[in-house]
Amino acid sequence: MFLKDYIKEVYGAVKSLVVGMRRTGYYFTHHKEIITEQYPDNRATLKLADRFKGEVVMPHDENNEHRCTGCTACELACPNGTIKVVTKFDITPEGKKKKAIDKLVYHLELCTMCNLCVTACPSDAIKMAQTFEHSVYDRSKLTKILNNPGSKIMEGVE
Amino acid sequence: MWSLSQIAGSIHEWLSTTFNPTIALILEMVIAGVAIIGLFAVLGLVLVIMERKVAAWIQIRLGPNRVGPKGLLQSAADTVKLLVKEGMTPDGADKFLFNLAPFVAMIVAMLLMAPIAFAKDFQLWDLNIGVLYVSSVSSIMVISILMAGWSSNNKYSLMGAMRSGAQIVSYELSAGLAILSIVVLTGSLQISEIVQSQANGWWLFKGHIPAIIAFVIFMIAVTAETNRAPFDLAEAESELTAGFHTEYSGMKFALFFLSEYVNVFIVCAIGATLFLGGWMPFHIGNWEAFNHIMDYIPSSIWFFGKTFFLIFLIMWFRWTFPRLRIDQLLNLEWKYLLPISMVNLLLMTALAILGWHF
Amino acid sequence: MVEELGKTMEGDLIINVGPQHPATHGVLHLVITLNGETIKNVEPHLGYIHRSIEKMSESLTYRQFIYVTSRMDYLSAHINNHACALCVEKGLQVEVPARAQVIRVLMDELTRIASHELWWGAMAMDLGALTPFFYAFRERETINEIMEETCGARLTMNYMVPGGVLQDLHPDFQRKVKEFIQLYKRKIHEYDELVTGNIIFQNRMKGVGYLSPEDAISYGCSGPVTRGSGVRSDVRKIYPYEIYDKLEFDEVLETGCDSFARYLVRVREMEQSVRIIEQLIDNIPEGDYQAKTKAVLKLPKGEFYQRVETARGELGVYIVSEGGTTPYRIKYRSPGFSNLSVLNKIATGSKLGDLVAMMGTLDLVIPDIDR
Repeated sequence: MFLKDYIKEVYGAVKSLVVGMRRTGYYFTHHKEIITEQYPDNRATLKLADRFKGEVVMPHDENNEHRCTGCTACELACPNGTIKVVTKFDITPEGKKKKAIDKLVYHLELCTMCNLCVTACPSDAIKMAQTFEHSVYDRSKLTKILNNPGSKIMEGVE
Repeated sequence: MWSLSQIAGSIHEWLSTTFNPTIALILEMVIAGVAIIGLFAVLGLVLVIMERKVAAWIQIRLGPNRVGPKGLLQSAADTVKLLVKEGMTPDGADKFLFNLAPFVAMIVAMLLMAPIAFAKDFQLWDLNIGVLYVSSVSSIMVISILMAGWSSNNKYSLMGAMRSGAQIVSYELSAGLAILSIVVLTGSLQISEIVQSQANGWWLFKGHIPAIIAFVIFMIAVTAETNRAPFDLAEAESELTAGFHTEYSGMKFALFFLSEYVNVFIVCAIGATLFLGGWMPFHIGNWEAFNHIMDYIPSSIWFFGKTFFLIFLIMWFRWTFPRLRIDQLLNLEWKYLLPISMVNLLLMTALAILGWHF
Repeated sequence: MVEELGKTMEGDLIINVGPQHPATHGVLHLVITLNGETIKNVEPHLGYIHRSIEKMSESLTYRQFIYVTSRMDYLSAHINNHACALCVEKGLQVEVPARAQVIRVLMDELTRIASHELWWGAMAMDLGALTPFFYAFRERETINEIMEETCGARLTMNYMVPGGVLQDLHPDFQRKVKEFIQLYKRKIHEYDELVTGNIIFQNRMKGVGYLSPEDAISYGCSGPVTRGSGVRSDVRKIYPYEIYDKLEFDEVLETGCDSFARYLVRVREMEQSVRIIEQLIDNIPEGDYQAKTKAVLKLPKGEFYQRVETARGELGVYIVSEGGTTPYRIKYRSPGFSNLSVLNKIATGSKLGDLVAMMGTLDLVIPDIDR
């Protein structure tokens, strides 16, 4: 009886090992199961999800106009103090003073891509870009000014 | 036909006709030494790239594929990297033993190369106790590991070395018994005679079930003896970071690494010699045409093919199984492998006496 | 012998596992007293990744502090966010739309599977089998892609907000989740073949790290650690939140009390999570994904507590509000901290190799313990 149990035990053990080896052997011989993505080589075909949160950008149209009114909603929504809105006063053709942004400073090095600024923006002026290769040699390059030089606010955006 | 033994013979002939016998002998020794060192380097490169590719394909990865065609030169690049790295010696270490240990490991591996028959009539030293020599010299390996572990003055290294000591000493037994069961059939310890006795069929097939059991036990035992997973307790990376070679870096580390792979090659070569007929081609009974084609393949290719098949088997083990615990490791040896191999040896002896093998 | 354990004696070996060590999966530091290979005492030292998340949360508004909690238990980031969102909603008395509730539960369960997949691979890797890690990551990658598509990030999603979820589901979400379930069902037998059924693995796990039900309760363990000891502790069943009381799923209980029982609980929990997802994936109600909330959230004066079941156990969020826009005090009850506290209890007397297996089955995420 003891001998029978002993043999049974050895048989069961060997069988479980062989089952495992069959599984790894299957993958060894089936190279189509390989899932490696050769990243820097597949840059051309690499497509990120359209909602991927890479960095905050401010889209400009062909007339170099953006939609930002300088309301600082994004600055208030940001948990890390990533965004700083610097405002100025423009003189409209009618001679009135109007508040507009001078610079929208964005600190990429502080940003956690939480998307709260984008949802807070009432005029859809900023959005998330699908970039992800952010490394630079100098930290100061990570501080970005989102509005283009000389840009102004789009007509009709309040 | 082109063969290794002919090349060796013609070199010998040329040397003995050109120089006087003493100088010829010295030159032959130098050539053999250089050839062994060359074989070491080539084996290291080939086995490392092979291990990495096997691991990668099992793990649904591509593996090294950048340096050289299909990444084949990757291990050469690694060697260059290891050569230019700083070889650190820790302050608290026993410097003499610490620096000596990797060389002991290498020398043991080199000594083991001597009696292996690489091809027909191509052997460095066909001594009459070849198998005994191999199993006794291979147990010196543990000294280098103990040396490395103790002299590093590191607790992880020490524990790794102690584990390794217990492990290698135990598994020597079943490896020895598995070898003995073939010696019982052959009646000789000489490697060339063991190979010659398999001219009409390999022992794995001729020896019935006992030979197969002995083969399985041999493979398990040598996997443990060479500290390969699932028995890599000496360098269990999740428990002991890197075990006995935690403190080694650069080329000294590389020597340990290389000696591990060379040891794997040697034990697999011994396994191929004992169970799979060494350089003997594969023959099936009376199929004359088939046997003739098999004879046409050079004997060195047969030898290396069989050896690399066994090496692949050991790599396959490594990338499939989890690691054993130290007490389970010893249990496996003393409660399972040793009793089984003893009974198996008894069966084999009965088989040999009754002449039931082919 | 038993009295000697816990005392350091002449000839004992004291080794430091961590803060840099392959087995600790992070910056945990264990001071281990060894007698040969046998463990006499394990003393965890914490604080290497303490970022004072609780204190940080006190200076952030109720919308902002949720994103920080993704960095606690980063493997169940969704569930952390969920707990905070639920707690704030409790204070605001906001009714979450049905669609948002279903989305939240779906995301939670996907996160739970992803977390357990990673744990499964890392567990096998701790025991020296390196290959299962890659197979587990193949399945986990599918979930990560789903997360990336809908939430915009793979690990720290910040998708749950007070009142619902940040964005609506991606149009491909249902198809992708169904594909994942198919892949999972096709591949799950490999887990048995490679690890669960493997004799070496079973011997390493069975009878190791015995945690009695009484100890599990008195040390305040939760999640799979207690359920491995046969103690009911699933918050989803006992204190149901969202729609968990309407769903059909089993609370996985094992009575082995050892590492293998805890292992089985997690593997079977993945199946239960798949079951929940299958029930919901075709029945996502139409409607709003977010309730209408004020731009500036102010909780009424009072104390609010919400507990949820993360992949590791019970996570509690305790908010004390003074009526302002930021919390007066926030306390997180993290599952990992209590689970780590039993390590000395279960590891004493076993071998060093087993310690790694036990730490694996406790499923420690160090940022969750330190915060």
